[in-house]
Amino acid sequence: MLFFSFFKTLTNQTVTIELKNDIRIRGILKSVDQYLNIKLDDIEVLDLAKYPHLSSVKNMFIRGSVVRYVMLPRSEVDVGLLEDATRREAANQAGKAR
Amino acid sequence: MTAFATSIFHRDDPKKQNENIHIKFLNLSAPAPSRPPPTLPTAFRISPPRQSDIRHHTMERLSLNESPAPAPRTPQQNQQFSQNALGPAGPQPTGGPPQLPPQMFTTAAQLLDLTDKKLVLILRDGRKLIGVLRSWDQFANLVFQDTVERVYAGQLYADVSRGIFIVRGENVLLLGEVDLDREDDIPPTLTRAPFEEVFELKKKEDSKRKTGDKKRYDELQALGFEPEHSGEILF
Repeated sequence: MLFFSFFKTLTNQTVTIELKNDIRIRGILKSVDQYLNIKLDDIEVLDLAKYPHLSSVKNMFIRGSVVRYVMLPRSEVDVGLLEDATRREAANQAGKAR
Repeated sequence: MTAFATSIFHRDDPKKQNENIHIKFLNLSAPAPSRPPPTLPTAFRISPPRQSDIRHHTMERLSLNESPAPAPRTPQQNQQFSQNALGPAGPQPTGGPPQLPPQMFTTAAQLLDLTDKKLVLILRDGRKLIGVLRSWDQFANLVFQDTVERVYAGQLYADVSRGIFIVRGENVLLLGEVDLDREDDIPPTLTRAPFEEVFELKKKEDSKRKTGDKKRYDELQALGFEPEHSGEILF
């Protein structure tokens, strides 16, 4: 659930999402849910010529299971904090497993 | 529809007790009013309220203007909460930064905005369907009405009318809202052609890609790489 919370802190930032079929979409992150489904506003498809069916789309819902990468604005990510949080979460998980 | 709504019970401060019952609905079409709903007439009272047992019954609603009330919850409600609201479940007493209400971050909230709109649905097998989203659930299983499948091949495209679609969520790649002002701006490089012609061309393209992919996967496998999403190919 850590990354769900993490993405929630990034709402209203511009992100670029690469899907598993290589489409890359840049847009404003509007919402994310527990499956990491993502909602983007004001989208722009990189290499639009290859994906003409997206030319008239302004905002979209992307199913979490097809996302390969989410590229984030560097300035918006507190890497130190995220590292701490991931370690804490991992420790919690390990504690639960025992 | 109400399957997605969560109810919240809470006891009010005894000093400002209000014996009316408020019912709010998760409304698909009407915009949420920002004011509290009007109190219902006395006839709706279930029973004469006891001083200690006054409850406000509210249905959780998807609105930015309200944050859910802090409430003692039954185990059943807790379960519902763990499913669709994973953030802090109420306004924190400590004055932290203002947070969006957790019900904004659910599949239901995301799909609610897209309901009854014209969408492009792209499936994992590469199909592009254009239609109106009528219904859905938390897995993104979808019902589309007046669906048209648009087939692209080379610089050609064709439309085929398909009617109603029920799509299992796992096959969904993405849902794009069609900008109605731009929907007819098809890139000038594309031309419309009869379906049979486009379909033939597409079949040729697909088989060519399949052999190309297979060759690439075989080579990668020989080098010890497991191809990404092996067994299923996303278009």
